[in-house]
Amino acid sequence: MIPVISDEPLLVVRDLDVRFAVTDGSVHAVRGLDLTVHRGEVAAIVGESGSGKSATMLAVLGLLDPNATVSGSACFDGTELLGASNAVLRRHRGGRIGMIFQDPMTSLNPVLTIGRQIAEAVITHQKVTPSQAEAKAVELLDTVALPDAVNRCRAYPHELSGGMRQRVMIAIALANDPDILIADELTTALDVTIQAQILSVLRDLQVARGLTIVLITHDLGVVAGLADSVHVMYAGTIVEAGPVVDMFHRANHPYTAGLLGSIPRLDRPEMELVPIGGIPPSLRSDPDGCAFAPRCRYAVATCTSEVPPLRRVGALDVACAVLPFAHPPQTGTR
Amino acid sequence: MTAADESLLQVRDLVKSFPVRRNGWRDRHPHDVQAVAGISFDVRRNETLSLVGESGCGKSTTARCVLRIVEPTSGSVRFDGVELTTQSTENLRRMRRRFQTVFQDPQASLNPRMTVGDIVGEPLVVHGQTGDDVDERVHELLDLVQLGSGAIDRFPHQFSGGQRQRIGIARALALKPDLLALDEPVSALDVSIQAEIIRLLQHLRDELGLAYLFIAHDLSVVRHLSDRVAVMYLGKIVETAPTAQLYSSPAHPYTTALLSAAPIPDPLIERGRERIVLFGDPPTAADPPSGCRFRTRCWKAQDLCAHSEPSLVDIGEGQQVACHFPMHSLPT
Repeated sequence: MIPVISDEPLLVVRDLDVRFAVTDGSVHAVRGLDLTVHRGEVAAIVGESGSGKSATMLAVLGLLDPNATVSGSACFDGTELLGASNAVLRRHRGGRIGMIFQDPMTSLNPVLTIGRQIAEAVITHQKVTPSQAEAKAVELLDTVALPDAVNRCRAYPHELSGGMRQRVMIAIALANDPDILIADELTTALDVTIQAQILSVLRDLQVARGLTIVLITHDLGVVAGLADSVHVMYAGTIVEAGPVVDMFHRANHPYTAGLLGSIPRLDRPEMELVPIGGIPPSLRSDPDGCAFAPRCRYAVATCTSEVPPLRRVGALDVACAVLPFAHPPQTGTR
Repeated sequence: MTAADESLLQVRDLVKSFPVRRNGWRDRHPHDVQAVAGISFDVRRNETLSLVGESGCGKSTTARCVLRIVEPTSGSVRFDGVELTTQSTENLRRMRRRFQTVFQDPQASLNPRMTVGDIVGEPLVVHGQTGDDVDERVHELLDLVQLGSGAIDRFPHQFSGGQRQRIGIARALALKPDLLALDEPVSALDVSIQAEIIRLLQHLRDELGLAYLFIAHDLSVVRHLSDRVAVMYLGKIVETAPTAQLYSSPAHPYTTALLSAAPIPDPLIERGRERIVLFGDPPTAADPPSGCRFRTRCWKAQDLCAHSEPSLVDIGEGQQVACHFPMHSLPT
């Protein structure tokens, strides 16, 4: 069921730090984050609003606003992206690294036909004639299963539904046969039946092309259906990471367990929801210990004084000093 | 249960159409788009009825028509036996204390310049209460939604999304209503916060004996909170049933597809599920298909579906379905 993933790391992020300068100080959005994505893998970055999951990938791609300060390293297939020249970044972005953003309406140009926008992505990276690029655009729309591709190329974004626009975004991201696809909240704005369509397109592409995908999302249902590995972010750091089945069934971090226990499930109407309680910390000042400690019911004295490092427990890397479920019951949710 | 007399809200053949100028603003003959195309349902006392469906299916418009936030085009809405659609504005205002609303976006529905105390107390003032009575009730309400009286002098921006939604709920409860219309009350919130609000809503319903008209698109949340569910597609109710019945044996192909598309956060279950992926997008309400409105995306559709529109038929266990070829029919 779950495909074999190569051991070859494709994207290696080390000690990534992102700070945003704001009027009265700075916001420390990403704090010393480590992340490895292997070739052929679907890696999900999960977290709630403000946890730094989008900022992480935007920093890797050099797409953050000028008020951001980034440090650390992000190595894509041997090329360092942080601090790389604009020429290098331009060659990678939309070339070997495809990107899809959440809202297809604001990412597409409203006054250009979608055929033109897809062709533009092709022409930017390949030596082709305009007519070849247009042919490629039609082919790409076919790939993402958009019906009537030839005529759709002449349509403007407003003439398409949300699901169709998102397919166009995927087509643009695939225009230059990328090695890796970064999808930020790909289906969040879509209805469930359309979400199912888009996810099945993505699943087929992943299998057919051996595409590596970084899936940024807050929807654990989508993660369960698509991801090979999961990286749970909280307050700018990864608190738990590892294979998807272990994450859902043998989570060790109280935050991961808390998330899983607070989502209503379609198949478990009798399940009692246990909210995590409290609110995420402000990112304006660094916490002295574990960022989750103030909301954690298992916290002990050391939790508020020492930042717990990631350590290996079973198949998972966990940043928790207490490990309250070191031998958890082997069922879905607690 | 004697359904008829228990019913707090009775909606019959509700229609809401909006004029749309197809050829720009100079179009002299606006075309009517039926956002709600003749729907009927009941909400009983202390019951939660959920209206579910995808964007544009008319679920929010239905709630708005019921509360007369927008005027329904035709049909009848009876609240506790009184017809609402023909009431004068003055009468309606008096009656509104018995049915209140909580909106989706707590950021947009709270006035940023008013303190929490003023926001929660405003309905009381509007309905003629003054002085200490208001203060006392505001304290009581903030305790009820577990915010605490400390919130009174603070402003909405000082609260998180979940806390703001509590303020919205406190305001809706101020006049001790019998019915709350909840329009996507948790969809703007992060999952860990969602759970708090769902639990609060469950608690308040049991504590205060409230009835909810719950508008939502998240089928998992709906299953947790409702007694009965009505599934809407393009302005029509296609299926309605008690919650357990609807989720365990959906009869309409659309309901079946919706349930199969909603992901379950467990990789072992999620990857083994049989999935029905509908092709295409929902058609526009401006030009609905003939016959059954779902037939253009339905894998069971036949000629009959294009010619005759199926009406809601009782198939037992309180389940009604509008389909010529339901997934299952009358139990034998």
